[in-house]
Amino acid sequence: MLKDITLGQYFPIDSPLHRMDPRTKILSLILLIVAIFLANNPWAYVLAAAFTLLVVALSKVPVSMYFRGLKPIWFVIIFTALLNIFFTPGTKIYLFGYRTPMTWEGLILAGKMALRLVLLIISSSALTYTTSPILLTDGIEKLLKPLAKLGLPTFELAMMMSIAIRFIPTLIEETDKIMKAQKARGADFESGSVLHRVKALAPMLVPLFISAFRRADELAVAMESRCYQGGEHRTRLNEIRFHLIDAFAGLLMLAFFAAVIILRIIL
Amino acid sequence: MSNMIKTEHLRYAYQIGTQEKVKFVLDDIDLSISPGEFVAVLGHNGCGKSTLAKHFNALLLPAGGTVYVGGMDTKDEAHYWEFRKNVGMVFQNPDNQIVATVVEEDVAFAPENLGVPSDEIRKRVDEALKTVDMYELRRHAPHLLSGGQKQRVAIAGAIAMEPKCIVFDEPTAMLDPKGRKEVIDTIVKLKEEKHMTVVLITHYMEEAVRADRVVVMDKGKVLRNDVPRNVFSDVKFMKSLGLDVPQVTELCYRLAKDGINIRSDVMTVAECVDELIKLL
Ligand SMILES: Nc1ncnc2c1ncn2[C@@H]1O[C@H](COP(=O)(O)OP(=O)(O)OP(=O)(O)O)[C@@H](O)[C@H]1O
Ligand SMILES: [Mg+2]
Repeated sequence: MLKDITLGQYFPIDSPLHRMDPRTKILSLILLIVAIFLANNPWAYVLAAAFTLLVVALSKVPVSMYFRGLKPIWFVIIFTALLNIFFTPGTKIYLFGYRTPMTWEGLILAGKMALRLVLLIISSSALTYTTSPILLTDGIEKLLKPLAKLGLPTFELAMMMSIAIRFIPTLIEETDKIMKAQKARGADFESGSVLHRVKALAPMLVPLFISAFRRADELAVAMESRCYQGGEHRTRLNEIRFHLIDAFAGLLMLAFFAAVIILRIIL
Repeated sequence: MSNMIKTEHLRYAYQIGTQEKVKFVLDDIDLSISPGEFVAVLGHNGCGKSTLAKHFNALLLPAGGTVYVGGMDTKDEAHYWEFRKNVGMVFQNPDNQIVATVVEEDVAFAPENLGVPSDEIRKRVDEALKTVDMYELRRHAPHLLSGGQKQRVAIAGAIAMEPKCIVFDEPTAMLDPKGRKEVIDTIVKLKEEKHMTVVLITHYMEEAVRADRVVVMDKGKVLRNDVPRNVFSDVKFMKSLGLDVPQVTELCYRLAKDGINIRSDVMTVAECVDELIKLL
């Protein structure tokens, strides 16, 4: 179950999307998300879906990866859809002889919301699959640069973020190991009351925390041994740069955004 | 500058200033390591090996005595980064020393910190990865690699700093036999092909045998400092410290004890085979 979490996993291949400046990708994603939420008519939805598919194609990441990214949230999508179908007021329809009424408006709303969520996850996955965490955090750091003048420790924040991402798989693996070890000794995480299950987590979280602190300690020593001295004078292996492809992508993105707005106004 | 690393009357304690008697983790250590030398450090758990290692790149500063790295006193703050840069370190747990999610980005960490220009970093990273034979996997995620591969990435990370010396603190302790061999072969290669100074802290005697010199520590003191053959042939002494000797040395030692006429300073399987054939 824990292995299903793919968000934040970089897929190291070469594609136009991989070659783009992380800043372009981050800003485009923000714009895309806003557009998805501004969309309010079928044509805008079709356009947003088509644009997202184009991004998926350009990323050259196998479509199955995107499905795996969706896996952990299917439940949320289906649950919200059901809520919408049955609890939205409007024209009642009775399908297959069920007594509980669905509403026409509810069905439409459910479809919209599900599509929005799916597009949201797919487009964010496209960013994390095609951008290594270091470049991603570099991009965020550069975008936040203006705030550094106000005293925000942008470099440190970016560093913390990339280390957190780096340790996600390590800690997941460790959780798995501890869980198995405790199960082997008779711990039961899967049955009993909620209170019982929460209590059962303690023998898992304590070792996890202790080991995380030990790791942090060792990592700090290892980083110091490699001349880590904060953000000043630091250079990069892959210095992020704005290329021609970013200009194209940016223009395309703006055109798409404008189209969604225009559709909103005229329809 | 004839010594790469030299310690004079080095003392260190983690807790100083308590009313009771100070417990020195390192007690009056005199040691010198020449450029290009491969020194193995042996000793029981908690005898102070890691503490000693951390003095070699100024992660710790002596409480008494002096440590010279490249002829300079590590207390001299003006050369702080030079100590770090000249003496690389590789630790036991590869997971806790890899900072990035792509192999080549991790290897680039040290030169990035040193402010090396991008194209020069690229050159160093490629070369370091080729040295440890990980160039093909440069775009991989470290957490998907085997233990031996991760540890070689960590070694590449140290090499990319272009140090004169690398200190390995039990680099093979968490690895399977295959990973252990990969790592040790890489270490020997660094010494022989790149002429790097190597300090190897280990619990595996078969690894120590490949060193030019073996330092045996106990309770913060250096008890032996000699070529491997002289150290390991004294099986009784090693046993008295709770340390092992290579299996073949042990075998010949026991045979000799049972009255069989065999050399007791055998260190490698090949030597052992030769000796046994002579007996037949
Ligand atoms: N940060 C610390 N604070 C206090 N005491 C410490 C600290 N680190 C180590 N010690 C103590 O110092 C002594 C020497 O520790 P050190 O880690 O140098 O031993 P070691 O020879 O490397 O052992 P091992 O083979 O287990 O790695 C031990 O008794 C240990 O408990
Ligand atoms: Mg140690």
